[in-house]
Amino acid sequence: MKSLWTRTVVAMGALLLAVSPLYAQAEDVTLLNVSYDPTRELYQEFNTAFAKYWQKEKGQTVVVKQSHGGSGKQARAVIDGLDADVVTLALAYDIDAISEKARLIPRNWQSRLPHNSAPYTSTIVFLVRKGNPKAIHDWDDLVKPGVAIIPANPKTSGAARWAYLSAWGYALKKYGNEEAKAKDFIGKFYANVPVFDTGARGATTTFVERGIGDVLVGWENEAYLALKELGAGKVEIVTPSISILAEPTVTLVDKVVKRRGTEAVAQAYLQYLYSDEGQEIAAKHFYRPRAETVAVKYAGQFAKVNLFTIDDVFGGWQKAQQTHFADGGVFDEIYKPK
Amino acid sequence: MNLSLKQPSVLPGFGLTLGFTLFYFSLIVLIPLSGLFVKTSSLSWEQFWNIVTTPRAIASYQLTFGASLVGAFINGIFGSIIAWVLVRYHFPGRSVVDALVDLPFALPTAVAGITLTSIYASNGWIGRYLEPLGIKVAFTPLGVLVALTFIGLPFVVRTVQPVLQDLDREVEEAATTLGANRWQTFWAVIVPELWPALLTGIAMAFARAVGEYGSVIFIAGNMPLKSEITPLLIMTKLEQYDYAGATSLGVVMLVTSFVVALMINLLQWWSSARHMNQ
Repeated sequence: MKSLWTRTVVAMGALLLAVSPLYAQAEDVTLLNVSYDPTRELYQEFNTAFAKYWQKEKGQTVVVKQSHGGSGKQARAVIDGLDADVVTLALAYDIDAISEKARLIPRNWQSRLPHNSAPYTSTIVFLVRKGNPKAIHDWDDLVKPGVAIIPANPKTSGAARWAYLSAWGYALKKYGNEEAKAKDFIGKFYANVPVFDTGARGATTTFVERGIGDVLVGWENEAYLALKELGAGKVEIVTPSISILAEPTVTLVDKVVKRRGTEAVAQAYLQYLYSDEGQEIAAKHFYRPRAETVAVKYAGQFAKVNLFTIDDVFGGWQKAQQTHFADGGVFDEIYKPK
Repeated sequence: MNLSLKQPSVLPGFGLTLGFTLFYFSLIVLIPLSGLFVKTSSLSWEQFWNIVTTPRAIASYQLTFGASLVGAFINGIFGSIIAWVLVRYHFPGRSVVDALVDLPFALPTAVAGITLTSIYASNGWIGRYLEPLGIKVAFTPLGVLVALTFIGLPFVVRTVQPVLQDLDREVEEAATTLGANRWQTFWAVIVPELWPALLTGIAMAFARAVGEYGSVIFIAGNMPLKSEITPLLIMTKLEQYDYAGATSLGVVMLVTSFVVALMINLLQWWSSARHMNQ
């Protein structure tokens, strides 16, 4: 019996150690940035730059920890109690959810930082096989019979939701705002989908590594990254005539920074994203910068494309989510058994 | 039958261990599971019913439970053969094969999923030879079955193996001297001994397969109504912050799994009771 007790105590001790948050040493300050999947490389570089800046400015060592995953999943982790000082997610809707469900952030969070709290933007483009064998140039070409499209599942992936909305926006424009025709277009679009990955990275892997599908529809920055990693010989980027302005948004998690006493440094961290250096780093990782000067410098890197915003076409994320992605919404209707 | 709580035993400590068991069981199993029901109870019965009977949900139950059951039975047959070979025959590299059996169990499920997908995709090692025959494995329900069979294998082998080891060879020899042919020896002597362990192994493989998420997600293709498993639907609901909807599907899985596990246990109990009476 004694050995059982000893073992139990030891096991519990080990468990406590494992779950107790690891606090950093005195003076040093740590931040946790909870972000989505494709920003991993961006924030690795940005965190180093910010640490250097903060050291010079305040003489304090700051260690920024990163957490990455699907945007919705990350938001849920914060709602469920992950102590994020800042969140940098794929869509405003996910941050809205944190504000609404956990009340960690005030409702007006999006107006606290410039440009809708989106320091960098991206859009949805196509990645096709070398030589573009199916001659894909615009959204129209995707719904032709025999074209296999690889998007991710809009229910689980932020990028996939932006892609869906892009296609819808294109169809609305093409058919003079006729909802029924747009619905028909979206139906044809998803009829050409052979595989649904749960996240943007998974879809990229399916397309590139498994060789499935003719066109990958996803983040512009992911497409450039894939191109860079693979070399130009295997895939090509096609920019459609019109696409959505994807605004990945960032904010402080007020209740967490107040409790942890990290408000000033977290605030500076987000503001530094808007600085010239922050914008340069974003551009280097193929996010479209907001700052005029940096945008001009990197203009050659990004194809010209007509961008529309979610507010213009869909009246904001809450409405788009309700109409299209909620259970029983337009997206679900595509997959009704016939 | 003695129904009193305390049963005489040579060893002391019954009260303490029973107390500990109940405490531990509540902490680890009952409290989290009751949380599932509490979350669901925020819905009315009608809402609950609507969520769990949508065509997509029903298609996903069919795939999840169907593929798990088929996978478990495939493992029942081939797992027993592997256990038989490992116990009865001595060949070079036996201990290596023995160790390999545990691999699907030890491997992180995501790794298993990615590996299986790259092998069975149309440009993979095996997939490229199946494709011309018109057989598609990756991104179809067949892929789900492959993944669920893969992860369930160790359960059958590991439950059947010790029973085979304990089986007295003399009994088989006796059967032969009494005039039984090999087939009769197998069916009438060996199989009844193996039944309970085999059923346990199948039940465990089934239970593991029902709850499997990581490996299936990569190979399934995840198309609604076709290759979407219930755990993915649950994840989908969670991504939309629909906790009640997610737990509703969770409850359905829990109850179904419990009923299946109970049925297999009863079957096992019945078969061993019959065996005892013979």
